[in-house]
Amino acid sequence: MTALLPEVPSAPGRHAAEVAFPDREHYAAQVAAYRDAGFELCADLCAVDYLTHPGRHLPDGVEPERFEVVVNLLSLSQKRRVRVRVQVPESDPVVDSVVGIYPGADAMEREAYDLMGIVFRGHPDLTRILMPEDWEGHPLRKDYGVGRVPVQFKEAPGPR
Amino acid sequence: MTDDLFVAGTTGDPADPADGPAGGVRTAARVAETSEGAQELLERPATPPAELRRELGAVLRLPEGGVLDPGDIDVERRDDETMIINMGPQHPSTHGVLRLMLELDGETVLRTKPVIGYLHTGMEKTGEELTYVQGATNVTRMDYLSPLNNELVFSLATEALLDVELPPRAVWIRMLMSELQRVSSHLMWMATNGMDLGSTSMMIYGFREREMVLTFFEKATGLRMNHNYIRPGGVAADLPDGWEDDVEVICETVLARTYEYDELLTGQPIFRERTEGIGNLSAEEALALSATGPILRSTGVPWDLRRTMPYLAYDQLDFDVIVGTYGDNFDRYSIRLNEIRESIRIIRQVAERMPPGDYRVQDRKVTPPPRARIDESMEALIHHFKVFTEGFRVPEGEVYVAIESPRGELGCLLVSDGTSKPYRMHIRGPSFVNLQTVPLLLRGGLIADAVAVVSSVDPVMGEVDR
Repeated sequence: MTALLPEVPSAPGRHAAEVAFPDREHYAAQVAAYRDAGFELCADLCAVDYLTHPGRHLPDGVEPERFEVVVNLLSLSQKRRVRVRVQVPESDPVVDSVVGIYPGADAMEREAYDLMGIVFRGHPDLTRILMPEDWEGHPLRKDYGVGRVPVQFKEAPGPR
Repeated sequence: MTDDLFVAGTTGDPADPADGPAGGVRTAARVAETSEGAQELLERPATPPAELRRELGAVLRLPEGGVLDPGDIDVERRDDETMIINMGPQHPSTHGVLRLMLELDGETVLRTKPVIGYLHTGMEKTGEELTYVQGATNVTRMDYLSPLNNELVFSLATEALLDVELPPRAVWIRMLMSELQRVSSHLMWMATNGMDLGSTSMMIYGFREREMVLTFFEKATGLRMNHNYIRPGGVAADLPDGWEDDVEVICETVLARTYEYDELLTGQPIFRERTEGIGNLSAEEALALSATGPILRSTGVPWDLRRTMPYLAYDQLDFDVIVGTYGDNFDRYSIRLNEIRESIRIIRQVAERMPPGDYRVQDRKVTPPPRARIDESMEALIHHFKVFTEGFRVPEGEVYVAIESPRGELGCLLVSDGTSKPYRMHIRGPSFVNLQTVPLLLRGGLIADAVAVVSSVDPVMGEVDR
C-alpha cells in the first residue's frame, strides 16, 4: 500500500497530507484500493480548473493537465485522511465514476459535472444538480464569463 | 400540506375533470416553465434501470450487496397504482427551498428524489473573486444557521497555507464561539423539528433560547448572523466586557431548559410514536453514503472530529461524544439534545480557562494594526491600507481542512496560486452530502413521516446549494 502513496506535503505543518497522483486509467482502481485499505468514507470530491494557474508542484512523472479531480478519503479506523488527485485533460474531460465504490460520491460527482463539466463514466444519473437543466456552460471553469447575464429567467434576453 | 402537493400525473390531461382543455394548456405551460427535466423524478418506464435502483434507495449500489437485494426491486412495475407528487420547493416544512419528488403507492413512499439548486448563488465562484480578508464574509452566508463554523473552516484553511500560529486566546475564543454556535444551531433544529411534528410550544421555546445566544453574538461581533467575526489570523475583536457573566447566564438557562424539553418531548408518547423506528439507517449505509455528524453518530459510530481528529484545542477539553443505537429519528433527536448539554460543558470549561493575551496574530502582513496605531505610525497606515485593499498574499499550495459543524464534517479545500485571492475555494457542505440519505430514510415509510425524516436530517439549504 505504501508504494501507492507518494508523500507530497501540500501544506506545511500539521496539515500536511498524504496525496496520491494516479493517472486516469488507474484512478478508480486506486480509489478502490484505498477503500479496501480501510478508508471507509469518501469525504469530498471536487474538481479544480488549473487554466490560469501559473504552475503547481506535481511529483515527477505526473503530466499536468487543465483539470484535476480531487477526492478526499477518510479512514475512521486509522484516523487518517488521504487525497487522490487525478489529472483530466481539457480535450477529453472524462474520468471513471467512483459511485460504485463509494455511493456517497453520487451528489459530489454530479456537482463536479454541473459546475466544472467533468464527465464521470459509469455514473447512473449524471445530470445537472445545482444549475437549471438547460443551462449552458460550466460556471466554475476559469474561462466561463461571469456577469454577462443580469437575470437567469428563461424569458431573459441575450445569450446565456 | 395538501395545498403544496402538486400532482404531476394529471398534467395536461384533457380527460381529467378538474382540468379542462383550457386549464390543461395552462397547466402544461406552467409545468414546462418550472421543469427541471432530467433532474426530476421520472415515470418508471422513462427511468433507466440504474437510476431507478438508485432512487429506490441509494445504498443498493453498495458493492457488498447492501441491505436490499437489487433482484427484489420491481423495475418493470408499470401499474397505475403509483403516483408521483411534488413536495416543495416552497413547502413550509422543507427548511428552505428543498424540493422532494416522491413516488407513492397509497401513502407509502416508494422512491424519492431531492431536487436542489433553488438557492444556488455561486458562492464558490464568488470566493475566487474576493481576497482572503473578504472571503469570510462570503462563506459565512453558506450555512446560515452556523455561520461562525463556516468562517472557522475558511480561516483554518487559510492559516494552514500561511503557516501562522495563532495566539492561545484566539484559539479559545474561537472554541467558545463555535460551541455557542452549536448550541444555537441545535436549538434552532429543536424548534423546527418540533414545528414539523406539530409541537408548536417547542418551536417557540427553541427560538426563545436561541435568541439569547444570538443576543450575545450581537454583543460580541456586532451582528446576530453572518458575523465575519472569525477571520484569517484570529478573531475580529476581543470578547466584550462582562462576557463571562453573559455566557454563564446562557449556560445556566439553556441547560435548565433542556430538562424542560425532556418533559415536553422526550417522554411524551405522541412524540415517541412519531420518531421511534422512523427513518432507520445502519452504520454501513451511513458510511457508504458519506453521512457525517449526528446522522452518522445516531447509527452508533462514535465519530466526532472534535474528538477523533482534534483541531483548535479540543484535545484539552473534557466532553463526551454522544452516539445512538438504532439510527432512527429519535436517536438523532436525542443526540442533538445531548450535544447541547455537552457543548455547555465545553463552554464552561473554555470560560474558566480562557487564556489572556492577543486575540489575533500580531503579524502586520496578515492582520491590520490597531486603530490607534494608524494615527501615529506611517507604517501602520500602509499595512492597514494594504490589508484592506490588496489583501495578503498566501503561498502557493493546496489544503483540505475539516471541522465538526453542527451538521457534520464541514470541509474546505483551498487552492492558492500565490496571490491574495483563493484560486479555488471548495466547501464540503455536510448538508449537501447528508441529503443523499433522504431517499433511503424515506423508502417504505409513510408520506406523513417524510416531513419528520427530512427535518431529522437537518439540511440547511444555503449550504446545500452554496
